[in-house]
Formats: sequence, structure tokens, C-alpha cells
Amino acid sequence: MHGIYNFITGPLAWVSWSIFILGILYRLANITLSAKKRDGVVLNYFNLKYALRSILHWMIPFGSVNMRKHPIMTIVSFSFHISLLVAPIFLLAHVILWEEFFGISFWTIPDKVADIMTVVVIAGCLFFAVRRIIIKEVKFVTSPSDYLLLVLVASPFVFGFLAYHQWFDYQLMLILHILSGEILLALIPFTRLVHMVFAPLVRAYTGSEFGGVRHARDW
Amino acid sequence: MNKETSNKSREIVDEGLIAGVRKLTPARIEKVINQVLKKETGARLEAYINTCVHCGLCSEACHYFLSHDRDPVYSPVGKVKQTIWEILKHKGKVSTGTILKAARIAYTECNLCKRCSMYCPFGIDIAYMISIMRRICHRLGVTPQYIQDTAHSHSATMNQMWVKDDEWIDSLQWQEDEARDEIPNLRIPLEKEGADVLYSVIGPEPKFRTQLIYQAAVIMNEAGVDWTMPATPGWDNSDMAMFTGDYELMGRLKRLHFETAMRLKVKRIVMGECGHAYRSVYDTGNRWLGWKDMPIPIIHAVQFYWELLNEGKLKVAKKFEEPVTFHDPCNIVRGMGLHEKAREVVKAFCKDFVEMYPNREHNYCCCAGGGVINCGPPFKMTRITGNRIKAEQLKATGVKVVIAPCHNCHGGLDDIIHHYGLGMELKFLGDIIYECMEKPNAV
Ligand code: SF4
Ligand code: SF4
Ligand code: SF4
Repeated sequence: MHGIYNFITGPLAWVSWSIFILGILYRLANITLSAKKRDGVVLNYFNLKYALRSILHWMIPFGSVNMRKHPIMTIVSFSFHISLLVAPIFLLAHVILWEEFFGISFWTIPDKVADIMTVVVIAGCLFFAVRRIIIKEVKFVTSPSDYLLLVLVASPFVFGFLAYHQWFDYQLMLILHILSGEILLALIPFTRLVHMVFAPLVRAYTGSEFGGVRHARDW
Repeated sequence: MNKETSNKSREIVDEGLIAGVRKLTPARIEKVINQVLKKETGARLEAYINTCVHCGLCSEACHYFLSHDRDPVYSPVGKVKQTIWEILKHKGKVSTGTILKAARIAYTECNLCKRCSMYCPFGIDIAYMISIMRRICHRLGVTPQYIQDTAHSHSATMNQMWVKDDEWIDSLQWQEDEARDEIPNLRIPLEKEGADVLYSVIGPEPKFRTQLIYQAAVIMNEAGVDWTMPATPGWDNSDMAMFTGDYELMGRLKRLHFETAMRLKVKRIVMGECGHAYRSVYDTGNRWLGWKDMPIPIIHAVQFYWELLNEGKLKVAKKFEEPVTFHDPCNIVRGMGLHEKAREVVKAFCKDFVEMYPNREHNYCCCAGGGVINCGPPFKMTRITGNRIKAEQLKATGVKVVIAPCHNCHGGLDDIIHHYGLGMELKFLGDIIYECMEKPNAV
């Protein structure tokens, strides 16, 4: 057990973080190059003011018409994404790791809050899964990979939750937590989870076209 | 609607599509698809496909989806699934049946109105992906018969309606004659070099809607505008090639249109009340030609009326009495933000203006746009059943007059008004202005 623990918190952690960072850089470089070479409009019509206008507007909960049309989805989606980012980065246990590995330290959130956020993420994944089953227009475009992505995202949180509360075998849960987290990180650049970095780019372009060319709002 | 009825009503009876797929071979399908995907698409398609989380939120935007009781096959992302995802998944190795179905969806079940872009949390441009599908179908020779005929006309005559060169001039002189009964000093100047304004229209105006040329001439004359029309091909600003996916032809059309204006050394082009033509000159055709902006300024009639009104050249003689509502055409509202200017003009000339909801950028498309109405009789019911929601929206205003400054919108709304028995009358902004403006030179 100890050997595995050392391996996944040592070499494997480096590997997964490297894949994550290099993978994202690769995707970004690739898409920029492709925009330059074969999709000139993207860079030519880019407009910083309207790109930011659009991105900021869509970060406001209930800021767009469609968000108001789907209030539950909006609430779940915002709290899910905020928790998903905040909990792992600012969890005390993780910040200690940051410090150990890179010598950087920043403020933390109380464990209680992180715990609630973890539940929010897991519940969010369940909500999205149920949505895929019961809403027909979502079901129509759902493939097995969509469920897999949800499992992928939920796993580190589920095991983290179990480990924190010391349910089942603490050691095992901790290992599964770390392992699933590393798998998730490494897969982000190569699955549709890449929307994490593409979303602002797509919004920036749409915002530029709507604001700069079409003189219309896009929300 | 259950599956069977929805499939039955969507059986394809279009000669162009059927004849087109008969000629296809699997090798050709694969080759063309990959050519288009590899050579003509790039960052956008990649980003859209990889960013879309299959959440279905864009569905809420589409009038086809809403009008078919939320049938998922009509949701924006659902249409992408049945077209682009399908060809990407199989790397171009798809059957003729898939192409036939994809062509029907791309040409007749999406108006490229871009409303869904405003409903997707990422702003993914579904209309762009549907256009890629059309481009592939065009390259495969699988296009609906009626719209292909208009493209042929564009190619042969440089106008959409097979109008011959002398017929064009005849139509203008005929309208000039007619109008001189009302305004004796009226002229429709032809080929006047150095005029302030070149006025361009779409093919159907000289063909079926000549009164619009009459009215435009009256407005120009009474507002004292220094204007001209060309006597040569290049007078038609419309563009069905943009909608069939024939971008080479689109480029030829737009080039001739702009070059005609440059030959006449006018200061700018003003175009009639047409939505898709505006999209073609302002957003699509110019880009294909490699012009980031327009080589010569071009404005839509709505903006022109607004300017004349604000400069005091256009004066209101009396107000239009009946209550009116206003339909925001996608291509000049989501496409150019002319909604407030249009409202200012409407309110200046009409006593009682009633909004329809939703409106402005969020207005529902008329279901004629994107070339769908040009696909002709085989798909008339596709448009009508596909836009029940528009009928409900119009009816809820409780008024009897709808103003729509777009030719396609008129065609689409007219069918909806008749089919759903709304008893409403359609008007162009020019109709209202002509009726209510001051005409100092009239007898
Ligand atoms: S018709 Fe309009 S809203 Fe519907 S899919 Fe096409 S572009 Fe989107
Ligand atoms: S709303 Fe956007 S992300 Fe969601 S399914 Fe539609 S296109 Fe994809
Ligand atoms: S015809 Fe009118 S409403 Fe329809 S897409 Fe064109 S501009 Fe929009």
C-alpha cells in the first residue's frame, strides 16, 4: 500500500500534471495555428472589447435569457463549476501539497466548506446524468462517452469525500482519490473536458462577431 | 408528434436531391467530405465539436424545435448530430441515405438564423456547421431543385430570377413612367456616374414586386437624394449561391455588385429591404473575396430611411392609423443591430406600435430564411409546420398589420398568416413610408 501511495504521489503525479499542462498547451497552440492557417476570420475579426464583454456577461448568473429560462440548470451549473474549481485548489490538504512540491502557498477554505462543495460537485454530476436520461433533447445527443465523462469528473470527489470522512478503508479511498484525480487531469486536454480552456476562446470569438461586426448582443 | 408521423411528413419528394444522390458513389462521398473538412475548415469546427458538451440548451432557441413540440430531431445540436457528427464519426464513409437526409436537414430544417448561438452557453455557431454540411452537399451535387435553379440563374444572368438585361431596364422605365403620373419630375437615373447613392435590389423586385421600385424612387426623389441605378448586370444584390454552398459563385456575384458601384464611382450603396442580401454583402460574400470590410460602404434600407428621417429629408405627412407590429429580420438585427433604428422609423410613421414577444435579437425567424423558402413547393409545409410558434407570436399581438423589412420574411410570414388563419396584412417599411410621407413634388 505504501509503495503504491509513494508512486502515485511521486512519479505519477508528475506525469499526470505534465500531460495536463503540456496537453493543454498543445491544444492551444494547435488551435491557434489552425486559426491562422485555415480559418482567418477568427483572428481577423477578434475584438478584445467585445470578447471580454461576452465572457463577462456569461459569467453573471441569470445574465442571459436562456439562463433565466432554465433556472435550476443555471443554479446547478454555476455552483457545480465554482465548486469544481475552488474545492480542489483551495482545500487545506491540497495547499499543503502545493507548498511541499512547489513551495507556493496561498489561502485555504475551511474543510467544512470544501466538504459541502464536494457534495455539490457529486450532486451536480448526478443531476447532469439524470438530465441526460429524462430530457428528450438531451437524451437524443447523449452518447456513452457523456456518462463516462461524468464518472471521470465525479470520481476524485467521491473518493475524496469517502477518505475525508474515513468511510470504508481510508488508505484505499485516499489512493483511489489521488489516482482518479490524476487520470482526470491527464484526460482533460484530450476529451470534451477541454471545454475548460476552449470555452473562453469560443465565447471570445462569438462575442467579437456579435459585438464588433453585427452590433448585436449575444445573450 | 410521434416518430412515424414525423418521418412521414419528412419524406423527400425533391427531384434535385433525389437525382443528385443517384449519381453518388461511396468513394466520391468520402473524397468530397474529406476535401471540404481538411481544406476548408479549421479552428472553428475543431473548437465547436470539442467544446460542445451535448447539453441541449441550444434547443430552446430553435423555432423548428419549439413548433414540433420539442421534438429532438429539430433541436440545433440534434441537427448537428444527424449531419456533421455523423460524417465526422465515420470519417466521410457514409451512405447515400445519410447524405440525402443530411441535405434535407441542412437545406430545409435550418434557416441559419443564428438564434441558437445566443442560447448556447459557449456561443457555438450551429449555423456555421450546418453551412459546412451544405457546402459538402453542393460539392456532391445534392441540392434542392428550386434553389439550385435560382443559383443557375445567378450564374447565367448574374441575377436570381432569369431577368434579361433589357427586361431590367424596361422594368425601371416602366416604373418611372407610372410614377410620373404622381410626381411629374420623378426620374429613375440610370448609369449616373458619381452619384451619392447606388440603389441595388434583389431579383424578385423587377420580376414580381415592381411597386417597391416605384416607392423607392418616390422616396429618393422626394428626399432629394442624388442616386442612380445600374443599367448592367450587377444590379442584383441577392445571393442564393451563399445558401446552396456554392461559394465560388457567391464570390462572382458579390464582386460584380461591388464593382458595378465602383465603376459608377458612387459614394455608397444603399440596398432595398432584404435580409439575406445584406448578410451576403456585409458578412459572407465580402469575406469570401478576402475583403475584411466592404470595398465601398453599403447600408440597408432601414438604416437609410433612419438617416433621411434624422436629417429631416424625409418628413411625416400623416401617421399610419392602424395598430402595427414589427418583425425583426434576423439578418439585419442579429446580423447588424438595426432593431432600434427600425423602431424609431416605425414609431415616427405609425400611431400605434405594438411589440411582439420575444423581439429584437431574440425574435423568432420567419422560417423562410437561409434559402429555405427558395427550396420551393416541396418544402412549403416544412416551413409552415416548422414555425407554428411564429403564428402564435404574431397572433398574441392582437394587431392586423405586420411590418417586416425583408423580402424573405414576407414570403415566410405570408404562408404562416394564411395557413394559421391570422388575417394579418404584411407591409414593408417602404410601404408605410410611401403612404405617410410628405411628397412636395406630387400633383
Ligand atoms: S433555424 Fe436558427 S435556431 Fe434553428 S438551428 Fe438553425 S440557426 Fe439555430
Ligand atoms: S447548447 Fe451549445 S454546448 Fe449545449 S448542446 Fe447546444 S451547441 Fe452543444
Ligand atoms: S428571412 Fe427574415 S426572419 Fe428569416 S432568416 Fe431571413 S431575415 Fe431572418
